[in-house]
Amino acid sequence: MSKITESDVSYVASLAQLQLDDATRARLVKEMGDILSYMDALNALDTEGVEPMMHALPMTNVFREDEVTPSLPREAALKNAPLDDGAHFIVPKILEGEDAS
Amino acid sequence: MTDAWHWKSACEIRDAVQGGAVSATQVAEDHLAHIDAVDGQVDAFTQVWRDKALEMAAAVDAKAARGEPLGPLAGVPVSLKELLCTRYGKTTCASKMLAGFESPYDATVVKKLEDADAVFLGKVNMDEFAMGSSTENSALKTTKNPWDLTCVPGGSSGGSAASVAAGECALSLGSDTGGSIRQPACLCGCVGLKPTYGRVSRFGLVAFASSLDQIGPLTRTVEDAALALRVISGKDPMDATSADMPAADVTDALTGDIAGLRVGLPREYFTDALNPEMREKIEQAVDVYRAHGAEIVDISLPCSNYAIAVYYIICTAEASANLARFDGVRYGFRHPDAKTVQDMYVLSKSEGFGPEVQRRIMLGTYVLSSGYYDAYYLKAQKARALIKKDFDAAFEQCDVIAGPTSPTASFAFGAKSDNPLEMYLSDIYTISVNLATLPGISLPCGLTDTGLPAGLQLIARPFEEATLLKAAHFYEANRGFDMGRPPIA
Repeated sequence: MSKITESDVSYVASLAQLQLDDATRARLVKEMGDILSYMDALNALDTEGVEPMMHALPMTNVFREDEVTPSLPREAALKNAPLDDGAHFIVPKILEGEDAS
Repeated sequence: MTDAWHWKSACEIRDAVQGGAVSATQVAEDHLAHIDAVDGQVDAFTQVWRDKALEMAAAVDAKAARGEPLGPLAGVPVSLKELLCTRYGKTTCASKMLAGFESPYDATVVKKLEDADAVFLGKVNMDEFAMGSSTENSALKTTKNPWDLTCVPGGSSGGSAASVAAGECALSLGSDTGGSIRQPACLCGCVGLKPTYGRVSRFGLVAFASSLDQIGPLTRTVEDAALALRVISGKDPMDATSADMPAADVTDALTGDIAGLRVGLPREYFTDALNPEMREKIEQAVDVYRAHGAEIVDISLPCSNYAIAVYYIICTAEASANLARFDGVRYGFRHPDAKTVQDMYVLSKSEGFGPEVQRRIMLGTYVLSSGYYDAYYLKAQKARALIKKDFDAAFEQCDVIAGPTSPTASFAFGAKSDNPLEMYLSDIYTISVNLATLPGISLPCGLTDTGLPAGLQLIARPFEEATLLKAAHFYEANRGFDMGRPPIA
């Protein structure tokens, strides 16, 4: 039996904001099941009392001087926007109801 | 000019350009002509920047004409992996998601190369968002191994490795999250260096797994890798994880002297998982060190067997967080049918990301999800600490660790692409190095009976690239054979 079910995969896809067709969902049940079963080998490793390695380098609080420096010009920041009005990113309407404009 | 400039090393080109023996323009033209001649077969380049290259070369030549001193990469032709941000051209990550993306800024490494008077020839192929070990996951094209066009170049920096191996450039910058510089370098018979985590700024590198990613050079000689590292390393205010260590001046370490060097062989790396022919090549390489007075030490890295599980938990978790930014709002693909914001997110991601990227986002989301976080993600973080501890203990007994880069030589297209787990297993010898934040290098150590390159991997303590490169350079100078050129050239 697979580690995870079709409904698990559907739930994770909703968290990840992905839409899966039936064939992909079925494939992922198998592939993710295989991979997660492989990962279960970790259970054999005793990690009692081990501090998790949350950071790659032992650095904390990397500060810089609190000075104003140039930032990306607006045109440059909007250059790759799928839709913009020259000052804002435009997205589909978020709130239901009458258009306020 | 009788000898082709495109087979010269970066150091040779730099010396010739600095000394006035050749112009940067001549070198660039020669490389562009070679790209025209061979890239139709290799397909390493995704963008050839002919005009940009000639413009940069002309700027170097003009500088020389004014009598100004030239930089340490004067006239050296470079290719850049598709995930390094450049204001010129596109930065696609070999993904439909970023098909038209034009970065508003240059990556720090790109700026450093330009300041060093390098010449950019263009961008090269990769697995989409650096996820893969064969470059088959590219949405752009299929890059071939110059040694055998029916075989993969490795990945994810497959275009980088293939372009260097085919003589299309002297230097390429790639990125290495779990072996993505070293494994393609191994499969294509070139040198690939993954620096210590923090040695090189990641600013402008499109993030895959932020605690593992490092940028590094692919070259044909160890000296060139050392030269490139010196240029690109150093603290960067734009990357808070870049280490506050002086830029590595490692070219001076290439003394050819290995007196007292202790070379550790991890017994866990020499098992049945290693192809016998590869094993033989690695053992012959170790013999070179033994014959010249290095001390060969038997070491153990007991947690090695857990490395792949740990890696694919951590890297997918980090990837699922990093790739959440591709929501169709500020840049990247937005699905034209999206009528609501929720649709915009879901349709854009589902259409913009390829199968392997989606698989990893799914895995990463799963291991971070409520109820599984402790069992997978936290457990993996603890195991990562133990893997690092293994290396710390081993480096009390030795100065460098030697072993294979890849369990096999290159393989045919399609051989592993239907089985993600099998593809993941090809990273077995490289991923621990990223988990433990160490510097590692792959260098060519011979050809198999079928003419495919084998690669020796060396690993050193954090920030000891000088020791690593010294050991690598010694092997390269004393291996007793020439790798030759791939049949493509």
